[in-house]
Amino acid sequence: MKLRYFAWVREKTGVSEEEIDLPANVATVSDVIAWLKTRGPEFEHAFKNSEAVRAAIDMSHVEQTHSVSDAHEIAFFPPVTGG
Amino acid sequence: MIRVQEQDFDIKTEINAATGMSKDVGAVVSFTGIVRSDDGLTAMTLEHYPGMTERELNRIALLAKTKWPLQSVRIIHRIGRLTPGENIVLVVTASRHRQAAFNAANFLMDYLKTDAPFWKYEERGRDALWIERRTSDENARARWEQIED
Repeated sequence: MKLRYFAWVREKTGVSEEEIDLPANVATVSDVIAWLKTRGPEFEHAFKNSEAVRAAIDMSHVEQTHSVSDAHEIAFFPPVTGG
Repeated sequence: MIRVQEQDFDIKTEINAATGMSKDVGAVVSFTGIVRSDDGLTAMTLEHYPGMTERELNRIALLAKTKWPLQSVRIIHRIGRLTPGENIVLVVTASRHRQAAFNAANFLMDYLKTDAPFWKYEERGRDALWIERRTSDENARARWEQIED
């Protein structure tokens, strides 16, 4: 599946998007975040304060408890600040 | 009608488009957000999530149309690097009566601020940082949910 990162999450991870095969035991958005944190210091830094990170699945806002089983694209970003 | 674009918009053109040839529109409200030079701000850059931004703006425009009798909703949001005095966002609502147009424009801005995936990166001389969400924005949105109940 595709993972995308925006704003300071993108800057901290150093990645804007990537194709990833998630491990089988990753079921929810918070599981994805926990797994991402094991991928290296950049990811650990970006997701250190994980409650500050928002997520969207297939371009809809979701809570971190949401299942990722049907997801094609998961995005991680800070709370939005447009307008 | 929603648009995400780098270039500026012309408010009069958009108001005319919202009114159209209709003789039923009795009220048009437009809100324009402009970059302020607070605390020595020299520029801001707006990043967004292409695809999701358009989905969210369409979703909140439709939501407004279910709540108020609107003939037209137009939302234009700029992206890229903007300097103080430049336009950022335009919301135009058209209705038979002013209250629906006023309320819908207010609602659309409150929802846009909490739901549309835009992020502001602010420059102050050599310093630059991503700005943080204000809790007042979340409170402004929550207001409408209380009204629904």
